[in-house]
Formats: sequence, C-alpha cells, structure tokens
Amino acid sequence: MTPRRKPADLSGWGRALRASMDVSRPDRLADITCAPLTGPAIGARRSYGDAALRGQGMATDMTRLDRISGFDPRTGLAEVEAGARLGDLLAAFSRHGWMPKVLPGTGHATLGGAIALDVHGKNHHRDGSFGQHLAGLTLLLASGEQRQITPADDLFAATLGGLGQTGIVLRARLQLAKCPGNAARVTENRADGLDEHLSLLDDPKADYCVGWLDATASGADLGRGIVEVAKLVASEVRARPAGRKVPFDAPAFALSPPVVRLFNRAYFGRVPAEGRSIIRPVSDFFFPLDRIGDWNRLYGRRGFHQFQCVIPDRNIAALREMLARIAASGLASPLAVLKRMGAGRAGLISFPAEGYTLAVDFPNSRAAAALIATLHDLTRAAEGRIYFAKDSLCPPELVPAMYPELPRWQALVAEADPERTLLTDLVRRLKLREAP
Amino acid sequence: MTETWIILGATSGMARAFARDRAARGASLILCGRDMDDMQASAADALARGAAATEVMAIDIRKPETFTPILDRAASLAGLINVAVFVGSMPAQSDVDDNPGLIAGTVTDNLAGPATFLHRIAPMLEARGGGFVVGVSSVSGDRGRLSNYVYGAAKSGFSTYLSGYRNRMARSGVHVMTVKPGPVDTAMTYGMGKLPFMTTPEAVAADIARGLQKRRRILYTAPIWRLIMTVIRLIPEPIFMKTRF
Ligand SMILES: Cc1cc2nc3c(=O)[nH]c(=O)nc-3n(C[C@H](O)[C@H](O)[C@H](O)COP(=O)(O)OP(=O)(O)OC[C@H]3O[C@@H](n4cnc5c(N)ncnc54)[C@H](O)[C@@H]3O)c2cc1C
Repeated sequence: MTPRRKPADLSGWGRALRASMDVSRPDRLADITCAPLTGPAIGARRSYGDAALRGQGMATDMTRLDRISGFDPRTGLAEVEAGARLGDLLAAFSRHGWMPKVLPGTGHATLGGAIALDVHGKNHHRDGSFGQHLAGLTLLLASGEQRQITPADDLFAATLGGLGQTGIVLRARLQLAKCPGNAARVTENRADGLDEHLSLLDDPKADYCVGWLDATASGADLGRGIVEVAKLVASEVRARPAGRKVPFDAPAFALSPPVVRLFNRAYFGRVPAEGRSIIRPVSDFFFPLDRIGDWNRLYGRRGFHQFQCVIPDRNIAALREMLARIAASGLASPLAVLKRMGAGRAGLISFPAEGYTLAVDFPNSRAAAALIATLHDLTRAAEGRIYFAKDSLCPPELVPAMYPELPRWQALVAEADPERTLLTDLVRRLKLREAP
Repeated sequence: MTETWIILGATSGMARAFARDRAARGASLILCGRDMDDMQASAADALARGAAATEVMAIDIRKPETFTPILDRAASLAGLINVAVFVGSMPAQSDVDDNPGLIAGTVTDNLAGPATFLHRIAPMLEARGGGFVVGVSSVSGDRGRLSNYVYGAAKSGFSTYLSGYRNRMARSGVHVMTVKPGPVDTAMTYGMGKLPFMTTPEAVAADIARGLQKRRRILYTAPIWRLIMTVIRLIPEPIFMKTRF
C-alpha cells in the first residue's frame, strides 16, 4: 500500500522560508521501499532554513519510522530506523546505561536529520561529529535499490552531511557511548570579555563545553558571556516535567533591543562572579530549549534567521569584528552561542572544522538580512564556513570556497541520484549540485 | 511479577504507542495482527525499550479460527493476563454510500470480531480473577453523524458491548476500560484535512496508562471529548438532523 499524500504549507524551524509541498508519512519501511523515490526525506524540520523543504514537489516525512530494530546492551551497538528522535533514543538507551555519543541542541532532531547534517554537540572538540560514531547505514537510492553502507564506502562520506542527496537513510547502526546516569554536573563561569570567553572555551579537559554569549555587549564587554563545562555523573535526578508551549505568535516588541539588553544583563548576572556548579538532568543539559514547546513562535509571524559560522583559529580576529558589528546593529536575540570546534567530521561537506563556531539568532527583517550578508563576507574572508542546517540567506557564490570537497561530493551524488529526484530548496538555492 | 499484555491490532498507530508505553514498564507483550514483518519490527523495538519478553502472532479479526492459537498461548501463560483491543477499520462514508457491501466488514472489524475474541477469552480471565481489558472504541459511537454513521454505528455497538462486558467481568475482579479517542494523528487520519482537537498516539497511550492506574471505566482521549460528546448527545434530534458534520 502506498501511503496517502497530503498537501502541506511547511516552513523550516526559523519560519522565514516556506514551501508548498506534497508529503507522505509512512508507518512502515515497506511503504517506501516498494518503488523508486519521488522526492527527498524530511525529518522533524528542525533545520532553520530550507534544508527540509521541497517547494512544488514531494517529500517523505520519516518521523513515524522510529523503531529500534536491534540493541546489544553489552556492546552498545544499536540499529535504529531513521525517523527516531534523538531525545527519545537518549531516554530509551540511558535506562540501559548507554547514550548517543553526539547530541545536537535539540532532542527533536531525527536520526536521519542528524546524519544528513552530520551534526555536532557540546563535545565536538573531543568526540567529533555524529557520523563518526556510526557503524553503518541502510540507504535507499532514488532508483529504489537498497545499499548497506559502511564508513569505508565512498557513499558514506557523501551521505554524512550530504543533505539527503544520496538517498533516504532507512536505518543506521550507532555505536553508543557509556552513560553513567541521567545527570550532568554543570559548572558555569562568567567570561567578562571575548579573550576570556575564548580561553575558557578552550578547555581540553572538559567533556562538554559551550558558551552563551551576550551579543548586545560592546566595548570592553564585547564577547562577554557564560561558559558551561559539564561532566556526566552517576547520580539520578528526576527529570522536570515538560515546560510550557508558546501558544501564539509573539508581538514584535517581545524581542526588541531594549528587552533583549535587559534580558541578557539579567541572564549574565544570574551566575555569581565566582562561578557555580549545579546538577541537572541530562536532557535539560543537552536540550535546554526543548523545555519550551514551539519557542520559534516567540519571533512572531515573520520568523527569524540563525547565522552560524566556524572561523579557524588563525583568523580569530574576524570573530571580534563580527561581534562588534552584531552589537552595533542591536538586532541580535538572546540566543547566541560560542563553541570550540575540533576537526572531526564524517562527510565531504560536513560543517565541522577546527576553530570557533558562532551562532546567533536574528528576528527576520531587512536590516537583519543586510547584517547577515556582511557576516557571510567576513566568514568567507576569514576562510571560515557557514552551516547549512541554519542557513537561509547565503549567496551561492560563497559556498565552493567554503567547502573545498564540494566537487567530489557532487560527483558521488550525481551517481547516486542521476535524475535529481532528491533536490531540496536549500540545494537548489545554493546551487550545490551545479558545477561552478 | 511482570504483567502480560495481549495486544490485538498491534500494527495500528495507537497500539504501537501503547506497546511502547507497556514495554518501558517492563511488561511482556504478545503482539497480534496481520503484518508479521511490521510486528517483528515493533517487537524488537519493545525489547530494546525494556519489555521483559515479546512475541508476535497472526490474527485476522474476520477469521475467528485465527483466534484459537492466541487463546491457546494465553492459556499456557501463568498469572494474570491483560488484553488490549485496537482492531478496527474506518471506510469513508462516501465509499460506503457507493458500496453498502462495505457495511458488513466494518461491523465485523469493529464489533463482531473483537466481541467474539473477548467472549472467547472471558472464561480464562474470569478464572484467573484479575487483570485489565482495554477496548478501543471511538467518540464516533456516541451519536450517528451524517459524515460517519456506519463506522459510528459499529463503534457504538462495541461501546455497548464493552459496557455489558465490564459488568460481567467486574464480578470476577477483571477491570474493563472503554477508550473513546477523538481524532488521532495516525496513518488512518493522515491527509484527511484538519480535524478538531486532534491528539497524538503517544498522548493516547499516556491517557490509557493513567486511566488504568485510576481504574477508569470510560476514558475519553483527548479528555476534552468527554465534554464535547456530552453536548453533542444533548442536542435534540430535530436540530441534530440539520447538522452536516
Ligand atoms: C534548538 C535547536 C538546536 C540545534 N542545535 C544544534 C547543534 O547543537 N548542533 C548541530 O549540529 N545542529 C543543531 N541544530 C540543527 C539540527 O540538529 C539539524 O538541523 C538536524 O538536521 C535537524 O534534524 P531534523 O530531523 O529536524 O531534520 P530536517 O530539518 O527535517 O531535515 C534536515 C535534512 O535532513 C535530511 N533528512 C532527514 N531525514 C533523512 C533521512 N532519513 N534520510 C536522508 N536524509 C534525511 C533532509 O532531506 C534535510 O536535508 C539545532 C536545531 C535546533 C532547532
């Protein structure tokens, strides 16, 4: 039985880009393996821009294909269907003392989405990207042929971070990591300016490390923030019940510059000058924003953009320049994150690269788009790159220099999907499958 | 001791969520349905999520002879047995209007089949003197609406059956809970347009778990449907006849 299709007007998580598409949502793998593909897979649409959109086309919503097919509690090797949410897997496996080694900032992201963007977590500097902890995967090619892929295959590096362009991932085999309990000991320290912030982030002993940034601070305070360093611990804490939902689109003043400045000052002051250490449930630590359902509605109907780049250490001055421009614009929201990134990645066009990564949200406006254009140019000049999972505005000309292995990826993708069945709006917009 | 659940219609979206909920509590599961591959996948999933044991068995609710192996298996188990019935089918009213031949099957899937199974397993449950039966009916059974009254009639029959069955089984300590879901976001409703107060299979499973704990007799899920159906039942027939929903 081929599952029903439904016309749907969908947007990415940022709600700034939209698309009308026809979506099916199979319950059984057999529903999609019986015929050639008609379009790309989509996951939980936690990508901010148009990575999970396919305007005027068809797509397969994978979220109901979410079963654990096998799990060995002795080795921590698990085989899971690609629509499973990472937060669900964390909850299921941590009961047996195991967990996914790499977790992004939202537990709603699916396994397939984590593969297609080769996502990183707060431990990237130590443990690398999501794809580096996979033993293999089952890929459904556009032709309908199924392939078992291991990290030794060329298609593996084209699939990890490959934006769904090689086929639909049906299942993946994860090498889980030991998880001592369900709690994290989190140490928070204030960083009064950018230099201190960067040096706190550069803590080689930290298992998990992430910085919250006050993107409104300027002058001597430029780059100030709070650095969280965490370790998983054996104690058991009770997870707090899920928080509230944002029930409607917030009005524009909710994130106006004075409100954001006030909020940021209070948030910064929350942590005492000498720092503090607290115990939190792991899910709160990994997915702090998931406690507020539909928080993207706080940005109102026009939505928002996230800018995320990684800048290599040698050009770190560019980061200071970016922060100065952002602070001067007064456009940033309170959600701004700075992180140390290692070199680890599993795919040809995966985002991670050695350096520091900056992510900032901006309510959608013409001024924000202009600022982000400047940030793109600065990223390019600093030999950095932008993250496709977050992008909705990058000019296509900038991409080939940011992703030097793009031609190799293009060649493999052309073989896997010769009819270009799997194009997404992001791939079209950034001309990722077109020769420069 | 672990609890054992026999789940009929195990491939339905709601049954899957219910099986997961029970698995996380360490229950033993016997999944019964038609698609063996799909149930094998659910059984593996349940094991990984904490089920004490799982097995899958074929059942076709239109063929009572397929009930026998399941009843035999149940008889061989020690301890209390719990049963959850998720089987059912919902042809579009317009399809039924074009082909009244669909009515008999609809009544079998939603009423005659499940009732026959429950009747046959009743003596075994009574003899063991405890356990739960969860019967999934529908808010559609509370009143015959223009857009869905054949399915509604079958579910109404099942609700009525469960009401009497509850009375009978309670005398032996078996608790019977009727579940009346409103629209649930499953493959059955996918693509049917926007339905009011739609809930998710996971929310239904959580409601059922709470209902079992509180030994509820009739459970509406989402809970708002209790209020809505109370109002809908009170509308006088002459006025109700003018409605089109
Ligand atoms: C609050 C928040 C925090 C985040 N934090 C981080 C972070 O810390 N680190 C990080 O790296 N990312 C982060 N992200 C981004 C997020 O992890 C990625 O965008 C991820 O891809 C989302 O997964 P998804 O299931 O929603 O995929 P979608 O957004 O639905 O899809 C993304 C891509 O995956 C493809 N895809 C989905 N399923 C499959 C499949 N089965 N087979 C093949 N292709 C498939 C789609 O075609 C699309 O190209 C964050 C996002 C949010 C909203």
